[in-house]
Amino acid sequence: MNTTLTSSQTVAHPAPQVPRDRARGRLFGSLPSCVATLIALGLALYAAGRFVDWALLNAVWPGEPGTMCRQASGACWAFLAEKFNQILFGIYPRGEHWRPALVCVFILVMVVVSLDPRQWRLRTVGLWLAGMSAALALMLGGWGGLTRVPTASWGGLPVTLLLAVCALGLGMPLGVLLALARRGTLPVARFIATCVIELIRGLPLISLLFMASIVLPIMLPAGVTIDSLLRAGIALTIFSAAYLAEVIRGGLQSLPAGQMEASRALGLSWWQMTRLVVLPQATRKVIAPLTNTAIVMIKNTSLVLIVGLFDLLSSGRAALTDPAWPTPYVETYLFIATLYFCICFGLSRYSMWLERRFKQGEHR
Amino acid sequence: MKHAQSDAATPAVSISAMSKWYGDFQVLRDIELHVATGERLVICGPSGSGKSTMIRCINRLEEHQAGSIVVNGIELAGDLRAIDTVRAQAGMVFQHFNLFPHLTVLENCILAPMHVKRMPREQAVDLAMQYLARVRIPDQADKYPGHLSGGQQQRVAIARSLCMQPSIMLFDEPTSALDPEMVKEVLDTMTALADDGMTMLCVTHEMGFARSVADRVVFMDGGRILESAEPDAFFDRPQHERTRAFLDRILR
Repeated sequence: MNTTLTSSQTVAHPAPQVPRDRARGRLFGSLPSCVATLIALGLALYAAGRFVDWALLNAVWPGEPGTMCRQASGACWAFLAEKFNQILFGIYPRGEHWRPALVCVFILVMVVVSLDPRQWRLRTVGLWLAGMSAALALMLGGWGGLTRVPTASWGGLPVTLLLAVCALGLGMPLGVLLALARRGTLPVARFIATCVIELIRGLPLISLLFMASIVLPIMLPAGVTIDSLLRAGIALTIFSAAYLAEVIRGGLQSLPAGQMEASRALGLSWWQMTRLVVLPQATRKVIAPLTNTAIVMIKNTSLVLIVGLFDLLSSGRAALTDPAWPTPYVETYLFIATLYFCICFGLSRYSMWLERRFKQGEHR
Repeated sequence: MKHAQSDAATPAVSISAMSKWYGDFQVLRDIELHVATGERLVICGPSGSGKSTMIRCINRLEEHQAGSIVVNGIELAGDLRAIDTVRAQAGMVFQHFNLFPHLTVLENCILAPMHVKRMPREQAVDLAMQYLARVRIPDQADKYPGHLSGGQQQRVAIARSLCMQPSIMLFDEPTSALDPEMVKEVLDTMTALADDGMTMLCVTHEMGFARSVADRVVFMDGGRILESAEPDAFFDRPQHERTRAFLDRILR
């Protein structure tokens, strides 16, 4: 290429290749790449065939008893169907499963409604607070003829969703406050915020959960107890707040000083400037890392199993202990992994849509 | 309307014996400047002379350490309420426009009237459209600043300031960041504003604008005001050696 550049003034640009042609060139362009492609293709086909054998051809389908699963070489989907409720709702009393189911549906609907930036206003926040209180009351029961179900009997998807919503929904405003305090001019607030963030970030989440469940009760006066689900929720909230705070601080730092000067010159107060000018821009700049932190936090909720709470993952493991069935680990984990993946992948796609939407308007 | 608040007796801006330091470095020395209501002032001088810092002291974007600044009869000291009042009365236009990129042109304009003056949205929109028409871009109201040219953005910035109905306008090198072909549209807007009787303090290198629009030209160097004169006298008979050197360089 270089020689043609020097020898002639006009450079002939090759026509842009169709992706399909380019792929063909890469995969089958030479003998080694041809061989490598065929080997990789063969391995992939073999693996796919094995999977289809296991998952479809030799599988035991719903409706068949546990003994069938012991004889069959394929997947035991019958187990998932049989234990579906137990995996989703843990040890929550059988007859009351409509309550956690309703809570899950409610949370998912609220999340979907809140996705649209046009819904980001005070009314939605109020709806969330009222809705979550109602959801907790419904789960807990003990009123209006509903049996009381202590949080120790909660489990599965509703616990995962409640913890995730709590960690992110309460962690976000807390994180914003921490970030603002750390960037602010008040020395005391800055010191406290820096200490909190650095301390929390310096601890593994597991140790924070242990501290919340074991150390905290020791420090409280005798007779005073905090619900263990609540304690885990608090630990997760503080943990996510510290991480979100650092992400938001990054967004705050990237804002040009001129934005603040213009706000002040117009007479906006500090709170008005922060709410109307600074935070909307700062958070838009960090949508990608915020999403990353949110996804990590959703998956982190599964760590509460170490302090004896039954989230989705641990209630799945608990379902495996039924002696009437073999222990189809793979099928159960596959099912739970699919649920997590749907939630996290959905969040990731949503953030990309959000970024595009904001960019359309304001790109410079 | 707050325009009538300051009568001829109280100057719009009155700066006496004002000094400012950045750490040990003194940026402004004994500034003495009095601007009458309705007066159009152009402030020029080499870069680093303190002219931007001085007008940024007038709406307290910068804090002075000695002397006094009185705007429309209100002294700027530690009192936060006084600072808010002065900021509502003195609009500022920046070199880099500083429009809010996440808001449309119209939203940029109605933000401060709605939140600082608690004006109902409809009234704020009416006012904003009126000022956008005055800077001749009402048709761009629903666009985002990122979709406008530099000259258009600066005119929006002027309209945004005017929406607070200030009695004084501060311009901090409003055309320095513009492509040459866009300078005129901004200067024309400023000239129209001057014709309406607005009190204006402009830091600018546009000497043509200074000569045709200003009532008085102030020359600064090394943190001091070295010369202050009517445009004809300033350009034709500069008194100070450094003024002459500056004008030689800038006018060629």
